[in-house]
Amino acid sequence: MTDEVFGGYGGQYVPEALMPAIEELEEAYERYLDDDEFVEEFERRLGDYGGRPTPLYHAPTTSERIGADVYLKREDLLHGGAHKLNNALGQALLAKKMDKDRVIAETGAGQHGTATAMAAAALDLECEIYMGEKDIQRQQPNVFRMRLMGAEVVPVDAGSGTLKDAINETLRDWATNVEDTHYVIGSVVGPHPFPSMVRDLQAVIGRETRRQIQERAGRLPDSVVACAGGGSNTMGAFHAFRDDEDVELYAVEAGGSGLDIEDDRAPHSASLNVGEEGVLHGARTRLLQDEDGQILESHSLSAGLDYSGVGPELAYLVDTGRVEPRTADDTEALEAFHQLSREEGIIPALESAHAVALLEKEDDLGDVVVVNLSGRGDKDLDTVMQESALADDGSMLREEGDR
Amino acid sequence: MIELPEEPALITYFTAGHPRDVDVADVIEAFERGGADVVEVGLPFSEPIADGPTIQNAITEALDGGMTPDRYFEAVASADVDVPLVCMTYYNLILQRGVDDFVADCKEAGIEGVIVPDLPVEESDELHEACRRHDVDLVFIVAPTTTDERVERIVDRVSGFLYVQARLGTTGAREDVSGETYEALDGLRGYEVPKAVGFGVSEPEHASEIVEGGADGVVAGSVFVDGLERDGVEFVEEKARELKQGAVEGGDS
Ligand SMILES: Cc1ncc(COP(=O)(O)O)c(C=O)c1O
Repeated sequence: MTDEVFGGYGGQYVPEALMPAIEELEEAYERYLDDDEFVEEFERRLGDYGGRPTPLYHAPTTSERIGADVYLKREDLLHGGAHKLNNALGQALLAKKMDKDRVIAETGAGQHGTATAMAAAALDLECEIYMGEKDIQRQQPNVFRMRLMGAEVVPVDAGSGTLKDAINETLRDWATNVEDTHYVIGSVVGPHPFPSMVRDLQAVIGRETRRQIQERAGRLPDSVVACAGGGSNTMGAFHAFRDDEDVELYAVEAGGSGLDIEDDRAPHSASLNVGEEGVLHGARTRLLQDEDGQILESHSLSAGLDYSGVGPELAYLVDTGRVEPRTADDTEALEAFHQLSREEGIIPALESAHAVALLEKEDDLGDVVVVNLSGRGDKDLDTVMQESALADDGSMLREEGDR
Repeated sequence: MIELPEEPALITYFTAGHPRDVDVADVIEAFERGGADVVEVGLPFSEPIADGPTIQNAITEALDGGMTPDRYFEAVASADVDVPLVCMTYYNLILQRGVDDFVADCKEAGIEGVIVPDLPVEESDELHEACRRHDVDLVFIVAPTTTDERVERIVDRVSGFLYVQARLGTTGAREDVSGETYEALDGLRGYEVPKAVGFGVSEPEHASEIVEGGADGVVAGSVFVDGLERDGVEFVEEKARELKQGAVEGGDS
């Protein structure tokens, strides 16, 4: 049944009630993602509505300090402020084709919810977004944005009130309203065909990057770096380079406040780095779980990376050695957030700041490095102000600022 | 293996470890006294995507109270009953224990069937094999959205009974029997496997109506989970008796 098998990862572990909808989606995906007319409409809308292509920016100060040419793929400039629109718009168009007039989605950072709300408004679809209580608190601006665009935002207080819990609740809604509703999953996770489909919709990032870097640097990069929550900006950035053996691919997960697991909590979100194989949210993949198979609550300062699972294809690419898994912890991400803001005049999303942080940590990224700047940091200002206040007496942030 | 009686059957569900201070074996025994023909004992998983609020909360409490697969098997094994037992859980717990080991542990604890709401028939090869090896039934769910073609595939694999999901959505007690139930039962008339209807069943009248509609049994869960919390095991026995009687009356009319 599973058409695309990622070395045993993937699959369709969902309630029977959803299987017919998933079969229907599989058909639609296979039919429309190769259909010239559909692809043309998708690309046109990504252009005149979304603002694609996004620039590839040579970051001068960072480059000089690191001693390598660092290019930022500016997904932060995509409409909505993150790469999420690529996927949300594509799926909303598919929902139309499947005659579904309602879309639902989970969101962590609120970026995917925002992108889905935008696509739904633009295509006249009813839209409901599930978001964990904790994430609602820490990503207020995005909650308002979603509501402004006509989406209903439903708080989820189960579990730790983060992305995993929001996905559970969206799956329950889908199982109830599956006949007229499409679930716009926000990352390369979930049952097949979602991981493949979301990757294909996000692959525009890597296709553009590959062309742009050849124009700019006259060659392919030595490495491409992206942060990984579920892994959609990661897979989107990597896909066009998968067969370029000389291009190293780095997936940076949230190291949170440490990589050890205590009680029922993982103080991090590093499922690629330290997770074990299991089944969560419809797919076999690497997860944070205890020895019985209960899923552990994850942690990251960035809501968008705060997830106990990861996309099955990315797990597979790590197993095969094609993708190098890395982590950046909360402190390193915050430092990168401040540094990029100050040095380049670009405020990154806290998620993307994890990818930027690898520049400081990894010695052999090579001479030409692309960092996928998956989103902008406006949504994170509250969190960063709070963290800065906490750090106010003499810690690294102050020193950073004074330097 | 599960053998349903000639007369309409009552299948009951509760979550092991909820409420915390109630002994798992006591609940199972109360169900038997109340006339249940099969008891599904839920093994709690942290991400119960097929369950509504009542069972979600029960699962959270059971996990907070320290319920684990080891304790579950131990507790179930200590029940002194003849009523067939079914383990209801999510696939990751089975996978982490090792699929074959899990089924072997079920067998040893006196469990005769397994039902896994997040395991569609397409992903069930390994579990199906293990169940065959250990003579344990593998129950599947048929949903209102299930196509005829999928019904064929499911009926091919199912044993024990077919769990007919009465309505879309998650588990939880409801006020009435949905029209979808009758449609589903009509569509399944040609298949010999016993059919038990669940999702929303909470009153004896529901049980009667469902049996009149062609079901061989009814499944009730949330109503027990709720009542257990409120009134303890006495509730379970009493309510089981009412529902069983409702089912039997539906068969007489
Ligand atoms: C800016 C940004 N980057 C990255 C992510 C992580 O998602 P993914 O790993 O699917 O790219 C998010 C998720 O919300 C995000 O908002």
